[in-house]
Amino acid sequence: MVKLLKKLKPFWLSVTVITLLVFFQSIAELYLPNIMSDIVDTGIVNGDTDYIIQRGLIMLAIAAGAGVFTIVASYLTSKVAVGFGKNLRKQVFKRVESYSLHEFNKIGTASLITRTTNDINQMQNVVMMILRLMIYAPVMFIGGVIMSIQKDTKLAMILVVVLPILLLVIFFIVKKGLPLFKALQKKLDKVNLVFREGLTGIRVIRAFNRTDHESKRFDGANMDLTETGIKVNRIMAIMFPVMFLIINLATIAVVWFGGHRIDAGAMQVGDLMAFIQYIMRIMFSLMMLSMMFIFIPRASASAERINEVLDMHPEINDPETVTECGSKKGYIEFKNVSFNYPGAEESALKNISFKASPGETTAIIGGTGSGKSTLVSMILRFYEVAEGQVLVDDIPVTDMTQECLRQKIGYVPQQAVLFTGSVSENIRYGKSDATNEEVVAAAETAQAAEFINEREGEYNSIIAQGGTNISGGQKQRLSIARALVRNPEVYIFDDSFSALDFKTDAKLRKALKEKTSKSTVLIVAQRVSTIMNADRIIVLDNGSINGIGTHKELLQSCDVYREIVSSQLSEEEMS
Amino acid sequence: MKKNMNKNPNIKPGVSGKQDMKKIRKMVQAGEITREEARERFAKMQPSPEVAENDGKPMKGLGAPKKPQSGGMRMGPGMRGDVEKAKDFKGTLKRLIGYLKPFKLQLWLVLFLAILGTASSIVGPKILGKATTELFKGLMMRMQGVPGAVIDFEKIAVIMIWLVALYIISSIFTYLNQFVMAGVAQRTAYNMRTSLNDKLARLPLKFFDDKAHGDVLSRVTNDMDNIASTLQQSLVQLITSVVTMVGIIVMMLTISPLMTLITLITLPLSVLSTKMIATRSQKQFIKQQRTLGQLNGHVEEMYTGHRIVKAFGKEKDSIEEFEQINDELYDAGQKAQFISGIIMPVMSFINNIGYVVVTVAGGIMVTKGAIAIGDVQAFIQYSRQFTQPIAQTAQIANILQSTIASAERVFEVLDEKEEIPDNTNAVVLENPRGDVLVEHVEFGYRENDILMKDMNIDVKQGHTIAIVGPTGAGKTTLVNLLMRFYEVSKGKITVDGVDIRDMKRGDLRCIFGMVLQDTWLFNGTIHDNIAYGKEGATEEEIMKASKAAHADHFIRTLPDGYDTVLNEDASNISQGQKQLLTIARAILADPAVLILDEATSSVDTRTEAYIQHAMIEMMKVRTSFVIAHRLSTIRDADLILVMNEGDIIETGNHEELMNAKGFYADLYNSQFMGQEI
Repeated sequence: MVKLLKKLKPFWLSVTVITLLVFFQSIAELYLPNIMSDIVDTGIVNGDTDYIIQRGLIMLAIAAGAGVFTIVASYLTSKVAVGFGKNLRKQVFKRVESYSLHEFNKIGTASLITRTTNDINQMQNVVMMILRLMIYAPVMFIGGVIMSIQKDTKLAMILVVVLPILLLVIFFIVKKGLPLFKALQKKLDKVNLVFREGLTGIRVIRAFNRTDHESKRFDGANMDLTETGIKVNRIMAIMFPVMFLIINLATIAVVWFGGHRIDAGAMQVGDLMAFIQYIMRIMFSLMMLSMMFIFIPRASASAERINEVLDMHPEINDPETVTECGSKKGYIEFKNVSFNYPGAEESALKNISFKASPGETTAIIGGTGSGKSTLVSMILRFYEVAEGQVLVDDIPVTDMTQECLRQKIGYVPQQAVLFTGSVSENIRYGKSDATNEEVVAAAETAQAAEFINEREGEYNSIIAQGGTNISGGQKQRLSIARALVRNPEVYIFDDSFSALDFKTDAKLRKALKEKTSKSTVLIVAQRVSTIMNADRIIVLDNGSINGIGTHKELLQSCDVYREIVSSQLSEEEMS
Repeated sequence: MKKNMNKNPNIKPGVSGKQDMKKIRKMVQAGEITREEARERFAKMQPSPEVAENDGKPMKGLGAPKKPQSGGMRMGPGMRGDVEKAKDFKGTLKRLIGYLKPFKLQLWLVLFLAILGTASSIVGPKILGKATTELFKGLMMRMQGVPGAVIDFEKIAVIMIWLVALYIISSIFTYLNQFVMAGVAQRTAYNMRTSLNDKLARLPLKFFDDKAHGDVLSRVTNDMDNIASTLQQSLVQLITSVVTMVGIIVMMLTISPLMTLITLITLPLSVLSTKMIATRSQKQFIKQQRTLGQLNGHVEEMYTGHRIVKAFGKEKDSIEEFEQINDELYDAGQKAQFISGIIMPVMSFINNIGYVVVTVAGGIMVTKGAIAIGDVQAFIQYSRQFTQPIAQTAQIANILQSTIASAERVFEVLDEKEEIPDNTNAVVLENPRGDVLVEHVEFGYRENDILMKDMNIDVKQGHTIAIVGPTGAGKTTLVNLLMRFYEVSKGKITVDGVDIRDMKRGDLRCIFGMVLQDTWLFNGTIHDNIAYGKEGATEEEIMKASKAAHADHFIRTLPDGYDTVLNEDASNISQGQKQLLTIARAILADPAVLILDEATSSVDTRTEAYIQHAMIEMMKVRTSFVIAHRLSTIRDADLILVMNEGDIIETGNHEELMNAKGFYADLYNSQFMGQEI
């Protein structure tokens, strides 16, 4: 939390001015009772109306001054707090954008989103609170104490008795309440979790006839939340009545002892009235501070999460000395590449070596979890290899800029991701200066033209966030078109045809074959039938290459491959 | 669920689905839709519940103290952000109050306590003033040289004792009042949440297809939260504010009507300025909320598409757009915060004017002997306390508005049409065989949009039925009808000769075991997730099922084996592994009829072959429906139903269909044509 607050540094001037303004404002407010006591002690006692009015005008002027100070302070505060939020948000977003998949997966998408949005908003609110209250309350507190001592030192002894009691009460309640507040948040999350699971799993729950079971689960979480909610609120309910009681009793004590002081001639009535008002202000400033204790733990949880993002640096950075891309195009080489996912016991890739050249199709096949997607991710340098080297166009990927490397590649992921915007914008994502003809051509090759033309607005029709208004197959075709429009040296298809029905699949492959004949193609596949004619088939098993060669060669030499084939094809299709 | 929706054949591209933010914004500008509608649409676009949780609202915690008397704490009514208006304020309010009915007694008690508590605290300053007056009187007399004049401390002591008693009583009442209200508020929220959850169990699947998850979820979380904290705090506050205002006026009038008039001079000023600033800040808050929505949308999209952003080297573009929205947000946010921040100083200035006026006028009146000095002191205190409830009621009015809007959204869900209730004389099949008969079934997801015109299937026990067809052909629809997730509009489906509408849904679904492409696992151990298939399953049965599903091996390689806890999105195991778990779950359930809907689409073919091998045993004695893309997995079916556009266009086994050279043969051959790239 403190660490994040250091980011207020660029605003130091404003913060200083705010502090000064708030200081003057508090002083002005504390000065008002002083003048009032003059009115009472001099004006009223002597029956001097002119004096009363004159003092009154001074009070008005001071009040107006305090008002102006606060408005200026409030203006600066909004600038500082919202500016702080803006800067922090920018930093976090930039950092996340620089993450490789490794760091990204460590925290997780949903959590990263919360951190960039809600957590930062939370921080922004807290900064606002701090600027508005954290300065005001202590100044008011100290000022109040000084003024009351100055008014009457002996009477100020009441504070010595009352303040510790008040502090003790606040401490006790905050100490009791804080863990409960934390628990409350957790229990609320639990209710939300159970409810969300009930929503997402509705078919399964009904299919297994477990509605009652889920109801009970929800009820348990709900009850738990309710009970904690009642507890928290009941504890907090003590806070205010007790504080008010203490303050009021203190006031009574002031009047009582003050009365005796007046009787002894050590004090005047107006001073007593002013004194009461000082005490009120001291108490209220304490109460304000106690509220901060409730907000700060919440914010510090947010701050922790934000710090985690800012403290994590991407492991993949562009090299200091960049090797310029040469004339070679479309050559990929893996030299004894091994890779471990963080925390995993076994390597995801073990000692992978192969070469691919333009005009060739390399297929990668293997079981679930055998490392197919991981292998192609290495070409894009989504992750850093543990051992060995990946070379693209004879240059190690670590020696080029990520931009230069990825420029060469047209990547179609397993899960098609589209962005909000028109169809053509989505295709142009692959090449921002693509002409309309290029866009249409890419769509046609990807077998997307037909359904695009059926849509209202055609290429200008809008894809909703997450592509929820088109089908999975349509999404995949658009994501293929997006890669095609780049006209890259290397194509990577990571099992990108899974949502297509057979007919479309076949048509698409035919069209793709013509379009990609001069490029290097890497294709991750599940079905043998789709890759039988590849120039090179890599059979992955548990992260290492089990066999490499053409369909015919592998049928002869590779057991795993034969097994895959026999599970999919009938006898006559195998040859 | 989202996946399911996409698979749902009746969702046509471009027709349903959500509009994007920019478009909505344009629509608002063009006046096509109102702001309220836009906001609703934005709200629906909040897909991730995590994001929806705390949308920039101030931290309005349950029980967070909210009763500051001196300026500074409150951040202005606008802080709550966008204030929504309910469509039917009165009706919804009445209904909400209906939920409070079981707590009638407690509520009366709360009201009683609130009035007493506030009243006794209001009398305080007046009595204290008397003490001051007494002091002053003695003092003045002494100054004027009245012989034997002393301050009457005995009289003051009596006043003090009264005061102490009064304050203690007031504090106790205030505490009791909050204490009782905590129970009422939390339990009411509990009841509402429970009825929401119960309601969802009775809603047809159609409802879930039409509604975005985030939307429904946000009603349970955000809206319920809103209602709960309003019940907890604002309700009592409203009562005390009103009592305080009325009480103070009464007290002031009993002291001095003239001074009351003078004190109230500032009243219209504070009401007016509160209103003026509030409306202005509201506008800015709406703007801020909108930009915030835009920003959240962008962040969410860029993060979900991180891989793509990286692969296409678009980080710079993404950051550029982000900065642009971020700047806009800064502008709107800064203005909103500033304007709402003004409320406090303005109010305290007005307050101070009142203070000065009271002091001066009071002072003059005291010199004229029209009023006692203690009364002036009381007036000063009253005038300070008076502006507070005014601002508070203004704020509560806003809070109430948005609470009622929240309640309305909750009630909307509660008012949704429910499933047809189970037949009261339901038939129970003791030992179901699994003969399934579909007769002349007509069905459409939407009225006037019939998908299935005349479906007829006759399946005998032990048969394996494969359903084949292009995406959107109605394969999953058939499953939905068998499980009675949807109601047929014409015709009937029978199991062992009994119309499925004559059975309880629960009993019917126990006959079927279903494995879906959309794997659903919950936040719990792997063991519990498999055990979900059968209540009270033994350890042995679970192991056996997971072995049959070929899940045992991978489970054992996990650090905690069967006790490994799946995280919230079950993202700590792969999609293929998830499918294996769901298959194990279905195997454990040991149903009479097995439905596999793309159950192995993410499992590699080798593992799939193993599973199939294991399942052959199961499938021999059971009726099974298999939906698959891979034709290799359905070749051995007893009967293949080829579906297109909602109806069965071909039936037969593999050889028959191949020989017929129809749609199926076409499909099958296309799998092996021009496939290589």
